Amino acid sequence: MNLEVLIEGWFFKVVLTVLVSFIGVFLGLLYKGFDRKITAMMQSRIGPPWIQPFRDVKKLFMKETIIPDTAIPWLFNAAPIVALVAPLIALAYLPLGPFGPIMEGYGGLILLLYLLAIPAVAMAFGGLASGSPYATVGSQRELVLMMSYELPLAITAVALAFNYETFSIATISSEPVWNSVGMMGGIGFALILAALFAVMPGELSKVPFDQAEAETELAGGLFVEYSGRNLGIFYIAEVVKMVVVGAFLIALFFPYNLSSLYSFGGPEINGMMLWNVIVDTAFFLFKLLIIIYVAVSVIRVGFARFQINKASYFYWVPMTIISLLGMLLVVVGGAA
Amino acid sequence: MKLSKTFDKALWVFHLNSGSCNACDIEIVAAITPRYDTERFGIKLVGTPRHADVLLFTGPVTKKMKDRVLRVYEQTPEPKVVLVVGNCGSTTGVYYDSYGIEGPLDELLPEDANIIYANGCPVRPENIINGVKEAWLFLEKVRGDNE
Repeated sequence: MNLEVLIEGWFFKVVLTVLVSFIGVFLGLLYKGFDRKITAMMQSRIGPPWIQPFRDVKKLFMKETIIPDTAIPWLFNAAPIVALVAPLIALAYLPLGPFGPIMEGYGGLILLLYLLAIPAVAMAFGGLASGSPYATVGSQRELVLMMSYELPLAITAVALAFNYETFSIATISSEPVWNSVGMMGGIGFALILAALFAVMPGELSKVPFDQAEAETELAGGLFVEYSGRNLGIFYIAEVVKMVVVGAFLIALFFPYNLSSLYSFGGPEINGMMLWNVIVDTAFFLFKLLIIIYVAVSVIRVGFARFQINKASYFYWVPMTIISLLGMLLVVVGGAA
Repeated sequence: MKLSKTFDKALWVFHLNSGSCNACDIEIVAAITPRYDTERFGIKLVGTPRHADVLLFTGPVTKKMKDRVLRVYEQTPEPKVVLVVGNCGSTTGVYYDSYGIEGPLDELLPEDANIIYANGCPVRPENIINGVKEAWLFLEKVRGDNE
């Protein structure tokens, strides 16, 4: 069997998906470590070492897993797994640096929007299934927040699909969006990008949009009854989601590659130069770090938690108006 | 899974005020400020006993709090360590022989509870960190016994 047939085959796709899942988990924990370290440094603390999230997860898997008497066991146990699997599947549909989506042609933006929404729903169901009043309040807040940030997110997808006349994320990321529009459209996409940066902390339930967890008022919110292995899976799901949302943002708005400016050469493997691939991967990881730094670390240090009604208002009114205005400019500006 | 050394460096702490005068509680908050920064040892304050590895009790146990203390202890998943912060928890301190006090924590908790003390009235943040160090030594002993 020659290489071309192997790469097109389904078996190779399955292997790649599993591989990318492990890489996604590793990267997520790594970036979580950097996030905690950077946050600590911004608060003039020393902070935990970057390896801390790995230790946390390992510890959680060592602990006893308690299922409360009031819980619905199958739903309580299924929620963390669903919350982890959805972002891992999303990774297979996203372009990662020099590599195109593994599942190219099988789904695009619309599917990604659904996959991004599933973890929040799974978390809410897990909270409701645990039978604790704190978790119930947390779940309700999570659902309210989800309904609030989905609209600006959907508007982003619509504007991009209008501009490229396709939902395929590989096509969208093949050319930076800024090159394909004129002045007016550029301003429109800048507005949409600003709204998307505001959506990111909500999507990841980080401060100032962590009302669903809210340790000081809800004692952990959704996760209040979760312990041991289940909590560990939620922990991993959360960090993978951070990588997925970051990669999503990069694919839509910053799909730049260094190798398009200067070819680093190297031996050719399946149509890609080796050094180019390495440099582009490093550049992708760097972009991911910058996005997470801006959208998670800086905002987390700079803001306190909003009340749930204010957070909902923030997404429903100012962010929706900004993204609608952006979409209007894109539509009126048209393609350059 | 067997207890490994990783456990020591990722202790999540749940703090319960079992009737203290708030002095120790303030010192606990001081221990997580930039000056002492216990997060560098991987220690994190969590909101619920389900997430906790270390239960941090302050104060003599009042009659009203006795059941809650026992319930929180039972809610915490194994393996767990109890860190009693301040003199009140270990000896009832200035509240000795008071009518509203159910007595020091070690008389209330089950026989097999692993209790570690950080004394002082109020306890200093350095001593709380020292208590965590004692918890590490204790966990090391548990690992040694398991092998």
